[in-house]
Amino acid sequence: MAQATIAATPAGAQGAFRGFLRELTRSKAGFAGFVIVFLIVGMSIVAPLFIEADTKANTDQIWQGPSGAHWLGTDGSGKDTLKQIVLGGQTVIFVGFLAAAITTVIAVAIGSLSAYIRGRFDAIMLQLTDIVMTIPQIVLLAVLGAFFSLNSPLYLALIIGGLTWPVLMRSIRAQALSLKEREFVEAAKLLDMGTGRIVFGEIVPNMASYILINFIIAVTNAIYALVGLYVLGLAPLAGANWGIMINNAWIGGAMFLPKAMPYILAPIAMIALLQLGLIMLTRSLEEILNPRLRDK
Amino acid sequence: MASVSPAAPGVTAKSAGPGNGRSVLSRIWRSYVLRRILRAIFIVWLVATGVFFMVRLLPGNPVDVYINKQISEYGMSYDAAAAQAAAMFSFDPKTPLWQQYLDYLAGMTHGDFGMSILSPGTSVTDKIASHLPWTLFTVGIALLIAVGVGLVLGMLMAYRRGGFLDHAISGLGSLLHAIPNYLMALMIVVFGAVNLGIIDYATIRGNLSPGIHPEFSARFFQDAFYHASLPILTYVLTTVGTWALIMKSSTTQVLGEDYVMVARARGLSDGRIRTAYVGRNAVLPLVAQIATAAGFVVGGAIFVESVFRYEGIGITLFDSVAARDYPVIQGVLLVVTITVVAANLISDLVYSVLDPRIRTGEKED
Repeated sequence: MAQATIAATPAGAQGAFRGFLRELTRSKAGFAGFVIVFLIVGMSIVAPLFIEADTKANTDQIWQGPSGAHWLGTDGSGKDTLKQIVLGGQTVIFVGFLAAAITTVIAVAIGSLSAYIRGRFDAIMLQLTDIVMTIPQIVLLAVLGAFFSLNSPLYLALIIGGLTWPVLMRSIRAQALSLKEREFVEAAKLLDMGTGRIVFGEIVPNMASYILINFIIAVTNAIYALVGLYVLGLAPLAGANWGIMINNAWIGGAMFLPKAMPYILAPIAMIALLQLGLIMLTRSLEEILNPRLRDK
Repeated sequence: MASVSPAAPGVTAKSAGPGNGRSVLSRIWRSYVLRRILRAIFIVWLVATGVFFMVRLLPGNPVDVYINKQISEYGMSYDAAAAQAAAMFSFDPKTPLWQQYLDYLAGMTHGDFGMSILSPGTSVTDKIASHLPWTLFTVGIALLIAVGVGLVLGMLMAYRRGGFLDHAISGLGSLLHAIPNYLMALMIVVFGAVNLGIIDYATIRGNLSPGIHPEFSARFFQDAFYHASLPILTYVLTTVGTWALIMKSSTTQVLGEDYVMVARARGLSDGRIRTAYVGRNAVLPLVAQIATAAGFVVGGAIFVESVFRYEGIGITLFDSVAARDYPVIQGVLLVVTITVVAANLISDLVYSVLDPRIRTGEKED
């Protein structure tokens, strides 16, 4: 897989990007994934500008089925379900992307540096990676959530990001190991450009597409962990988002109420759709970047 | 994914001369095993140490919280509260910290994690011992089914690339992979129990029906499998597609290798090529992933078991987290870590048997 990913050189980056878009639209599944992700993320960003959340409970409209006024019915305190769905993606998406960004930055920095420097630094980092990788992350997350109240999404993102980088670090390191034997790195060394510039100016940009794919995978993992914490009620249940909605439905026993069906299934569907969109996007990105996977 | 590197032709490695310094090889092999075991112990120690200091030293730590709660709620004196906290968390506050730390480690080696706050009179060890087997049972069976089915489907897909089967399983696999396992569990309950009424949620929840006790009888096993069926179904559904896709890409890669072409040119039978050449080398990169996945599933059990009220280690953790039962949390975290580390250790060792390059050539990458 290594050779295929490295194919794009920095010089042809712009042309490559255009070709990349063309390839993306060629793969139907990948384009569908792109559209799904774009719509959900766009909705979650734009919607709060136009729609205001129901703040007051409407006791006369509890657990209404879908109707003209409430397309997806109402929840246990008479609030509109559709509004909560439209507004409830923000935290999930924000934390998911932030945690993935943290993971990716740590993994890329450590992975490429240890591949380039090798020696003792590499050995220590590999050991560290092995250790963090074997610690059961979901369990540790739950325990950390219990010991310390994580009252800001930022902390959640930091913890999730800080625990999930090892797998990616290993594959980045493997990529960088093969990249650093290439001629342009050799040339940069002869120019005496310094470790920092060679690693982050020459090697890392050549892994850009590979890093992008893994960033998206990291987003799906972060969302899995985050929503899980919300569903179990281990993350702070302030405000309303998809995870908290599912938690409400589950704790309140609404899942045994046939009328509450849209309230439970809507957030589940949103999360599954977002995850599916992200995964379809990565699958086709992989196919574009690795022709070996393509059907012969 | 890129981590699926082209497998080594393990077949050729077999033909290497056995006379070539057997004692040297066995010494390296032994030291490799030793290194892995030492590292496993080191990780467990590290997590244990981390938990020890997290529980006692950080601001707002559970020991202080517990003491303050005892004072404010029951009007205890500080000393009485501190003594109770000491019994609870099995440490002696009068001794210096390093002494406490050594006692804690010594207690741990005897399997002594203190007493549960939530259910007084039960030691944490008893609690874990009565719950962990259920989780290992469900996760183990689910993993066997998912990996077995996934590997067969993956190879089929690789052999029939572009066919109907390939597309159908790819699509379905992506869809199932996209749904987090706890949401799958919720959907099984919502659709299976509430909408369609196939599953009787009231009786299937829990580990065993009332009146049935662990014993070696058909009735017990039947009941155990009945109650385990939903968690197992959830784990299998959410992981089997991933295994099929990983196996497909691994097999596809192996099919392009020269030694497969050589085997074909030699006129070997298809069955032999499929098992000895393609199958063996395609499975190789997956072994390490199986162990990682096992750890992940055990971690994810906290979500799934909570939905089904399946009394495994996950629900023990969830309940103790909800009730702030710190000794149990601490014990479960350590035991799960030990389980995962052990799974990784076993996979490393199995790996080194399957692929001899790992134990001999670890230094050179």
